[in-house]
Amino acid sequence: MAEPKHHDEPTHHEEHIVSPMVYLAIGGTLLIFTGITVGASLIDLPGDLNAVVALAIACIKMTLVVLFFMHVKYSSKLTKLTVAAGFLTFVVLITMTMTDYISRAWGRW
Amino acid sequence: MDSHTVAARTAETGHAEHEHPPFLRHHFESVEQQRETATFGMWLFLLTEIMFFGGLFCAYLIYRNWYYPAFVAGSHSLHLWAGTLNTTLLIISSFTMAMAVHASETRMRKALVGWCIATLILGCGFLCVKAYEWHDEWVEHHVPGLNFSPQGFLHGTKAYPDDKLQPDMAEKTVVYFSLYFAMTGMHALHMVIGVSLLTILIIRGWGGAYTSGHVAPVENFGLYWHFVDIVWIFLFPLLYLISRHQ
Repeated sequence: MAEPKHHDEPTHHEEHIVSPMVYLAIGGTLLIFTGITVGASLIDLPGDLNAVVALAIACIKMTLVVLFFMHVKYSSKLTKLTVAAGFLTFVVLITMTMTDYISRAWGRW
Repeated sequence: MDSHTVAARTAETGHAEHEHPPFLRHHFESVEQQRETATFGMWLFLLTEIMFFGGLFCAYLIYRNWYYPAFVAGSHSLHLWAGTLNTTLLIISSFTMAMAVHASETRMRKALVGWCIATLILGCGFLCVKAYEWHDEWVEHHVPGLNFSPQGFLHGTKAYPDDKLQPDMAEKTVVYFSLYFAMTGMHALHMVIGVSLLTILIIRGWGGAYTSGHVAPVENFGLYWHFVDIVWIFLFPLLYLISRHQ
């Protein structure tokens, strides 16, 4: 039988102080991506590529904010799981709704 | 000894038996545990917010497919420079907020207050640009329910002379502007709440409340602020960018 855990034993996650240089680098990267997405919107790309590029850049920017500014990269497994579960639920919401709409054959949905 | 006396004695002498920071609640074992619990709760709240804004994004995507020409023309009427400026302001404010959390962690009171004030100014700057845009849309008769008129979309504009919609499609621009005001309005409401909370943080932070190990309030406000930034990171391309060249 395992020894019962003593109160002093660290069961929590060690807090990590992120360096200001990391914040500066991420902030700069986000501004560069903002410039790229505005620039890309001014170029006439074939098909729906304009929308794809703009939303892909938005997803990259969101990932950077969540991982570094919101500290998820340095967080406990509980926090990581919570965030992942939230985004999964969001993707289910979008995918299920869109699947329903594009697969309706009747009329002009 | 009645219960009242016991309670009074415990309140007086209770802390003599164990020492802990004044901000540590008794049902937590340590400051770290309290902080992680607060962060977990904050993330659960943000998940409900993701679903809330997710519903709006979903509605936008479906109606954009449905009334595509109206949504393209509506998007063309927005100022790209204003959206770009607001994105820049919010990203810089996210950086200053991250620095405020860092100042709280490293227990630098003046730096904390300074970074929070910078965030506050950038947030107010965002709201000013948004107010300018909304005023412009009022002047152009683009506010559904108050002074909406689809007339401007029948004959094309200076920048987009090809935006000549059929009368029935021109009327559907009201759907674009309804969603535009619902989404930017809800986002701006979150900004106003954020700016109000930030003012409280600055006043308490000036008194030294968050630079003695009590990081959780600053950190969780930071999470809220970054979340509002992320919502805008998606609103910007959806409303301003993806229809530029259609």
